[in-house]
Amino acid sequence: MSPSEPVKKLTRKDFTSDQDIRWCPGCGDYAILATMQRTLPTVGADPAKTVFLSGIGCSSRFPYYMNTYGFHSIHGRAPAFATGLKLTNPELDIWVITGDGDGLSIGGNHLMHMLRRNVDVQMILFNNRIYGLTKGQYSPTSLVGLRSPSTPLGSIDMPVTPALLALGAGARFVARSVDTMAKHLGPTFVEAREFRGTSFIEVLQNCPVFHDGAWDHVTDKARAGSTMLVLEHGKPMLFGDKGGPQQGLRLKPKTLELEVVTLGEDGITEDDVLIHDETNRPMAFLLGGLEPPNFPIALGVLLREQAPAYDASVVAQVESAKNKGMTDVDALLRAGHTWTVE
Amino acid sequence: MDTFTKSEKRETLESVVIRFAGDSGDGMQLTGSQFTHTTALMGNDLATFPDFPAEIRAPAGTTYGVSGFQIHFGSQDVRTPGDAPDVLVAMNPAALMTNLADLKPGGMLIVNTGAYTKGNLKKAGYDNNPLEDGSLSAYRLIDLDIQAMTIAAVEPFGLGTKDALRSKNLWTLGLVLWLFGREYEPTVAYLNQKFGKKPAIAQANIAALKAGHAYGETAELPSGIGPYEVPKAKLSPGLYRNITGNDALAWGLVAASQLSDLKLVLGSYPITPASTVLHSLANLKSFGVTTFQAEDEIAAVCAAVGASWGGALGVTTTSGPGVALKAEAIGLAVMLELPLIVVDVQRGGPSTGLPTKTEQSDLLQAAYGRNGDSPLCVIAAATPGDCFYMAIEAARIAVQYMTPVMLLTDGYLANGAEPWKIPAMADLPEFKAKFPTERTEDFHPYMREADTLARPWAIPGTPGFEHRIGGLEKNYDSGNISYDPDNHHKMTKTRAAKVAGIANSVPEQEVEVGEATGDLLVVGWGSTYGAITMAVRKARAEGKSVSQVHLRHIVPFARGLETLLRGFKRVIVPEMNNGMLVKMLRSEFLVDAIGVNKIAGQPFKVGEIEDAIDSALENLT
Repeated sequence: MSPSEPVKKLTRKDFTSDQDIRWCPGCGDYAILATMQRTLPTVGADPAKTVFLSGIGCSSRFPYYMNTYGFHSIHGRAPAFATGLKLTNPELDIWVITGDGDGLSIGGNHLMHMLRRNVDVQMILFNNRIYGLTKGQYSPTSLVGLRSPSTPLGSIDMPVTPALLALGAGARFVARSVDTMAKHLGPTFVEAREFRGTSFIEVLQNCPVFHDGAWDHVTDKARAGSTMLVLEHGKPMLFGDKGGPQQGLRLKPKTLELEVVTLGEDGITEDDVLIHDETNRPMAFLLGGLEPPNFPIALGVLLREQAPAYDASVVAQVESAKNKGMTDVDALLRAGHTWTVE
Repeated sequence: MDTFTKSEKRETLESVVIRFAGDSGDGMQLTGSQFTHTTALMGNDLATFPDFPAEIRAPAGTTYGVSGFQIHFGSQDVRTPGDAPDVLVAMNPAALMTNLADLKPGGMLIVNTGAYTKGNLKKAGYDNNPLEDGSLSAYRLIDLDIQAMTIAAVEPFGLGTKDALRSKNLWTLGLVLWLFGREYEPTVAYLNQKFGKKPAIAQANIAALKAGHAYGETAELPSGIGPYEVPKAKLSPGLYRNITGNDALAWGLVAASQLSDLKLVLGSYPITPASTVLHSLANLKSFGVTTFQAEDEIAAVCAAVGASWGGALGVTTTSGPGVALKAEAIGLAVMLELPLIVVDVQRGGPSTGLPTKTEQSDLLQAAYGRNGDSPLCVIAAATPGDCFYMAIEAARIAVQYMTPVMLLTDGYLANGAEPWKIPAMADLPEFKAKFPTERTEDFHPYMREADTLARPWAIPGTPGFEHRIGGLEKNYDSGNISYDPDNHHKMTKTRAAKVAGIANSVPEQEVEVGEATGDLLVVGWGSTYGAITMAVRKARAEGKSVSQVHLRHIVPFARGLETLLRGFKRVIVPEMNNGMLVKMLRSEFLVDAIGVNKIAGQPFKVGEIEDAIDSALENLT
């Protein structure tokens, strides 16, 4: 493109590759892909500087469908490839795509270490609580009792809560959204992209073939008002079904637990309800573990905590060393004790 | 006992092998490396072999806590650390128990009598004190209460007994330096630098060192013992330094980064005996080196592959168990056809094996240890200094052919040292990487160069070259995912042809020693180089028809190897494993090569190869 040419405004089409999509009909991944392809042009993303990097699984086919740089790696290791790539070229905007099996089971170690290091990438974990590509085995997020080909009598594994694992690993940006909630998911992608450090986004995603309805207790439209708490920084934690009573979350200070309160009952007003503070890590832990039926699930940014990004610190150390230290290999080879043979 | 003449009339020796042995807390590695350093400055040729236990501090006084350091130095060509020591320093009974059998008959034995207590003797497994029961009469014994003399020497510095005793290795070093006509100044300089912030410790150590040296000058040693001199070696002219294999490797990688104009990105995880490469490179950030200590071996290689895709020289350094863990990711690099250097500093296996001992038993893992038909290039360094050049060679092949390269060294090369003639960067050929910048209509990520079959290295961030790659099979003509049967056949053959074609960029296989035809060919690879060379030379000096071929390129073999193999009546292949290169040679060339195997965690002795040569020549018709 010559400098005189006006900058072309990119559209969804510019982020869509020519590859046929091979997900099952009705898969939640379609919605996530479409939201990504629609969102990136709106924030001025450059396809040449954008990278989608994945592991193995249904979700990990995502990079093939984005018309950006894409890297479909091996099972569970995407965070490690992403770390090496980011250290090599910190200007790249890297999205790590993973699932509950890829990211939390085989790749749990890499996920934990990328989060604690705070490498400046976005990691989207598609959580459908099942292994899809290997045909339906239970995953680390499957609930106890799930019957699957490998658990014909019901799963007896205690599941992991991705957001809590991420928080425990020291993640600085933890968010949650839903595959089909494009109006929530798109802005969450934008927030994650703007954050310097690892942004961890859990997306509740439906697998219509092997675990259809895994999130119905959250997303069922009839009840979604009271099963979802959409967090906004500085706003009270209010929720409730349309036409029903407005509810909120309150802290029980003596036991450090959250409780659901109904406005108007027992003299409860909005003033009694917690205000969401994205920088409050202990609160993020409390919010991250909530799930129906007793609580709504918390969506949005649970935690946003500024900290140095790992790649920036690595680059700074190298640059500082370059300014101070030796740069001539001949000098290096001759440093220390040498002697001449005539 | 005669009085030793103070005129220092020194007996001249052509070469000497000294082994320092003591408890792993006795500082034997420091003693050995300082003796090495001074000996290099004196102009001798030398080779060293540190041999230490895996435990950092095994219980004091036990046989499994013994740490040793052997140096072979001389006025002639020195290629190995020596078969058997002429001099054994045994700082405690356990060191004597574990090392005495190696000492040459009539060899010099220096013992620290202060450590020969009842308790230490018992821990070492002695019923009687060998210093008193006459069992050492075959050796020239120098038994001194080194502990007591060290305590006396450092007394002015007011250290406690425990701290004072730490200097006993330096007292011993002082004595041995004197015995072989070496000065103590280089060690003084080293101690002042090392303990700059603790002057009392530095001074105490220096006092002990000088006291040991002075003891030699003034005291009476038993008849027939020292002093000696070992004249300078006739090395080829140039500037020299002492270098270990792991340092040479690290520096070679930095040189390769400049020669290729690529940023060096190392992903590594600590593992013996490779860790010091990571340490060295972590200290070379001023050269633009990025080092990443990953959470595990797998993440380390994955980060290196990610770096390579991003346009860096991606490197991972490890040992055998690490290569096993990295196998899947290396296979991905084969599929992605990206440059990658995997350094395997081999150690005794299988499993955890013998972490601090040397072995060459990862060759088959390196060549074949991945799922699927996944060929890659395997090369091996022959000497500590050669690690520098082979690191550059690994990078050249990786970049020119867009392929992973496995570079094999071993624990012996990693920790062993030799005098090394320092090269000039200007004399080393460049191999600048080419990144496409102008998009052609037909671009796809798996289009290939006609001569090398290398695919284009289009790196993320370059406008117009957006593409997707991954571990799934690619269509030969588009680079897109393909499950087509014929295409998979073609791609597998293409990947193999690409790696085989590397031989076109490598000089023909040379004969290291001897003629290109004859009775017996000894084929080696890696760190057995020195021992084989010495043995072949000796055999030839005795009139035997023996030649040596040493392989640096193993996958693919250098051109011309087959002709050489067929030019001899018999071929033997000494290896520190149970027969790996010999399998590859037999399967590739259908030659009746015979394995000579040593799997003891120790390098070959020259004598062992001489014996193998002699028995191979027997019954030869």
